[in-house]
Amino acid sequence: MSADEPTISLAKPTISPGETTMSADEPTMSPEDQHRQMLDPSRSQSSKSPQSAPTAPAQGRANAADGLAVKLERLRAFYGDVEQVKGIDLDFHANEVTAIIGPSGCGKSTMVRCINRMHEEVPGARAEGKVLLDGFDIYDSNVDVVAVRRAIGMVFQKPNPFPTMSVFDNVAAGLRLASRGRGDLHNKVETALRGAGLWDEVKDRLSEAGAGLSGGQQQRLCIARSLAVEPEVILMDEPCSALDPIATLKIEELIDQLKTRVTIVIVTHNMQQAARVADRTAFMLSGELVEVGPTQQIFTNPSDSRTEEYVTGKFG
Amino acid sequence: MSASTPAFERFSLSPARRRKDRVARGAVVAATAVALVPLVLIVYYLLSKGLSSWSVKFFTTDPTGNTFFAASSIGGIKSAILGTIEMVALASAIAVPLGLGVAVWLVEYGKSSRFAHTVRFFIDVLTGVPSIMFGLFIYIALIVGTGTSYAAYKGAFALSLLMLPVVTRAAEVVLLLVPGSLRESALALGAPRWKVIFRIVLPTALPGLLTGILLAIARAAGETAPLLFTAGATMKTGFNLSGFMNSLPMQIYTDVTSPTTAVVNRAWGAALTLVVMILLLNLFARLLARRSSLR
Repeated sequence: MSADEPTISLAKPTISPGETTMSADEPTMSPEDQHRQMLDPSRSQSSKSPQSAPTAPAQGRANAADGLAVKLERLRAFYGDVEQVKGIDLDFHANEVTAIIGPSGCGKSTMVRCINRMHEEVPGARAEGKVLLDGFDIYDSNVDVVAVRRAIGMVFQKPNPFPTMSVFDNVAAGLRLASRGRGDLHNKVETALRGAGLWDEVKDRLSEAGAGLSGGQQQRLCIARSLAVEPEVILMDEPCSALDPIATLKIEELIDQLKTRVTIVIVTHNMQQAARVADRTAFMLSGELVEVGPTQQIFTNPSDSRTEEYVTGKFG
Repeated sequence: MSASTPAFERFSLSPARRRKDRVARGAVVAATAVALVPLVLIVYYLLSKGLSSWSVKFFTTDPTGNTFFAASSIGGIKSAILGTIEMVALASAIAVPLGLGVAVWLVEYGKSSRFAHTVRFFIDVLTGVPSIMFGLFIYIALIVGTGTSYAAYKGAFALSLLMLPVVTRAAEVVLLLVPGSLRESALALGAPRWKVIFRIVLPTALPGLLTGILLAIARAAGETAPLLFTAGATMKTGFNLSGFMNSLPMQIYTDVTSPTTAVVNRAWGAALTLVVMILLLNLFARLLARRSSLR
């Protein structure tokens, strides 16, 4: 955790504000990356070694971007006149998994949907405050929402592969929809599927319908789909709530591998899951942030009595 | 209390419930049977009366107008078939893209805004307008208004007005059925909205859209009233859209009122032709939809 801290400050100069599209960054990133690893041995230890083991054929994305830090400042979100998120300040550290826990209706999902500006897709919804992506406010008036969403991927509660598309096309969809389908599409799709731990299961069924996979496979297909566009942050809104324990375990293992290259924010109802996957955990209650800290601390020694009551199962 | 009731009494079907089930079941079966009667009769009469007038000559010659001479001299319905195809094709070329455009706007952009509600209201009103009004409107606007004559394209305009609300309403319903989660996940991938619409929403809705479009085409192909005083009356095959043009409904309309049996039979043959054409179009579209979607 603390070893990753320096990357936040290091990552900043490589990305110019306003241009968050990855294609612009890719050429400049790779020498930068190597340089960074030489400077900081602790980084190459924490991120490079696990990356090379399970996701060996990741050469396709040798210049894979690191995660970006996200910072919420006085974030408020509304549905019409109803204030669902009531002024939250929260830091998501780069290359860490942050879990958001809290009872139903406390605004977890709404808050997360503000981070890639999906909240405003709901009719009548709006947000106030700031969401700083790598220091740049994505609610700024001249922000390209499409570019923001390319940098911040999202995995939804229910697996939702595109029904008219094959497994291959589902993963390629993000690249094609974002006009990045040129180049070695097959290689990119394979890399994304391997990254989602799905390649071995579907490599002979790439032309079959994506909706024909099992629930757990569909969810990993959706993760592969968002990985393919190489985001720097991935938001997961209860990604395992529709899955059985084995599929859930696979996703959790995947999250652990993914944090070496992306920042992950995961909303979960399952406190054990938060304890298993998250570096830091934030507890929300009726639209407000009660407490945030290292997962261990939140679960064993919370500073707020409401947190303690929630994590010990007294309510929620 | 229930424990004291013997099991065979608690779980066996009571005569009252058996009766109710029979009555309810009988009622829905009867409703289906009654609804089927006119359908079967229509198909039966079409086939029995229409098939006899079908021949190669029937499809390859224009009507002659010699209705008082021998049955062999009255001619076929070639001009009517081609006229219907031409005018309906032009009407579809206008109404389908326009209608789909309106539906996409309503579903993806207008949503529940005041203007969208107004548009929906007027589309509903338009759906209920009697078809002759569309003919009348074109007649006043494009024929009396401009002081020009009848023309095939004016007939097609009238038909397209008729199709527009049908296409729009059908498409809107189908587009609303596309799950919002698909739009969201595409948007979250960083797709611009127009690409989400063209690559995700429309392909997902395609089978339903085709059905809606076909419904509209079938309706337009069977309409006489909008063509009565827009497309003009002629018996010759024409490919000039500014000239007069024959059509199947017009041919049927004029033939049925004839005192000559052979000509009345030609009306039946033409009616059967129209039904078969629409059936073929339907099958073709279904095949197309099936091929475009994954198994």
